[in-house]
Amino acid sequence: MSQGNAAARAEQVARASYGRLLALLAAPTGDIPAAEDALADAFVKALTSWPTTAIPDNPEGWLLTVARNRLRDLYKSAAHRTSTPLREVEVSVSDNFEPESIPDKRLELMFVCAHPAVEAGIRTPLMLQTVLGCEAAQIATAFAVPAPAMAQRLVRAKRRIRDARIPFAVPTQQDMPTRLPAVLEAIYGAYAIDWMLDSGESVGESLSAEALYLAATLATLLEYEPEAFGLAALIAFSLSRANARIVDGRYVPLDEQDTDRWDAGMIARGEGWLRRAHSFGRVGRFQLEAAIQSAHCARAATDSTDWLTLRKLYIALVTIAPTLGARVSLAAAIGRIDGARAGLAALDAIPDAALDRFQPAWAARAHLLVEAERPREAAEAYGVAMSLTADPIARRYLDEKVRGLASS
Amino acid sequence: MRYSLLMHYPEMTEADLGEDVLSEGKAAFDAYAKSLDTAGVLISAEVLQPVAMATTLTLREGTPKIQDGPFADTKEHLGGTFVIDVPDLDAALAWGQKCPAAQYGVVEIRPSAVFFHRGQWQSAM
Repeated sequence: MSQGNAAARAEQVARASYGRLLALLAAPTGDIPAAEDALADAFVKALTSWPTTAIPDNPEGWLLTVARNRLRDLYKSAAHRTSTPLREVEVSVSDNFEPESIPDKRLELMFVCAHPAVEAGIRTPLMLQTVLGCEAAQIATAFAVPAPAMAQRLVRAKRRIRDARIPFAVPTQQDMPTRLPAVLEAIYGAYAIDWMLDSGESVGESLSAEALYLAATLATLLEYEPEAFGLAALIAFSLSRANARIVDGRYVPLDEQDTDRWDAGMIARGEGWLRRAHSFGRVGRFQLEAAIQSAHCARAATDSTDWLTLRKLYIALVTIAPTLGARVSLAAAIGRIDGARAGLAALDAIPDAALDRFQPAWAARAHLLVEAERPREAAEAYGVAMSLTADPIARRYLDEKVRGLASS
Repeated sequence: MRYSLLMHYPEMTEADLGEDVLSEGKAAFDAYAKSLDTAGVLISAEVLQPVAMATTLTLREGTPKIQDGPFADTKEHLGGTFVIDVPDLDAALAWGQKCPAAQYGVVEIRPSAVFFHRGQWQSAM
């Protein structure tokens, strides 16, 4: 067994199982930092012992057992140091786990991360780190925060979860309406970040696939929450177009994508969830966003885009969730229907100072200026859009747009 | 886990409140304390005397500094405490929401770190 093989396998298991193992280790005590340390030790042990022995048949079970033993040692020595008996730590689980028999505590962990006693701004980063296994530095980049500051905020939040003893529990039906939105937001955040960081990677390996899994699990388990189904549908529709979005390292805008490259199975899953969500008769932000994506995906069957329907959906979305992204998309839809001048007027009417630093707004403005035959201003707008993104694929796309203007 | 429910609210005299409100409030606190007791989670409950009776002490500057009045002068004061023993923060929050003081004031919920019991300090964590 080569060192490289074992390392590759350990990394694969880490990516697939990190959150599952961490949730299980942290649930009995709420001590996430101790669970993280124990799990990290188990991965180190895997890297040293798998090359000399063999990769175990059930690597997850192996890692869980090793990490649990580490935790048991830790609590034993802690008990030795203090005079008081510590809480019973659940460690008496058989070492021969079947992967399917390992319970999934990630839902509980998600509700811990999005607990009202946890500061709102740190919930998504916390969920990304603990449930999905993202690195603190990666999260810091996505949130445009210095890495040490992000790391410190994460540590503080985890300490608070442990010391105030926030329970690993799914809220009651009564508390669900106040507790669920934060979890949906955090999953949505996980999915949105993926497009920024891994725009070139294959879907199966990416975080958005994990976000889809989390949203689908959440929806299925909660059963009666339309917005959870709406979020699952939204992510499925977006994922269905992943292979058409980047072709040969180049970004392809939605209306120029080859629909043969869209994943019909994924679109069907999205439609199924969206129907399920609508059956409850309680419209919400994520259902509307999913319906918008569904309308775009319909081009695969009809060969045209129904902009009138899209405008209606964007108006509804802006009414209940007036985010900058929704407002800019509405302006773009108006530009399609009523012409570029109307689109630019709608864009200028957005009452938000953050618009000047919002990259999609500059990309949309540049596009509308091209349509309005104002190439000099369009080139300027593309330039600003380029300065606001670090993604090389997006920069290349925008750069080519500017060159196209110059040569025409 | 032991949690202290610290009740902060504007101080009112008996005359300010009036007899009806006062007796209503007493009944509410009586029912609340009895429900905590019946549930077996109550460690202690104290309603404090007015803040004018408070004395603050600090040795932060080396020598004892004793001052009349509370630590910080705000419109709302610590009016009393309930110490309860419940499994987790959600349970403490649920009891906190039932506290009559939450209706007109703020209830701060603080987990205990250590407590003195049977002649020695014990860890609450």
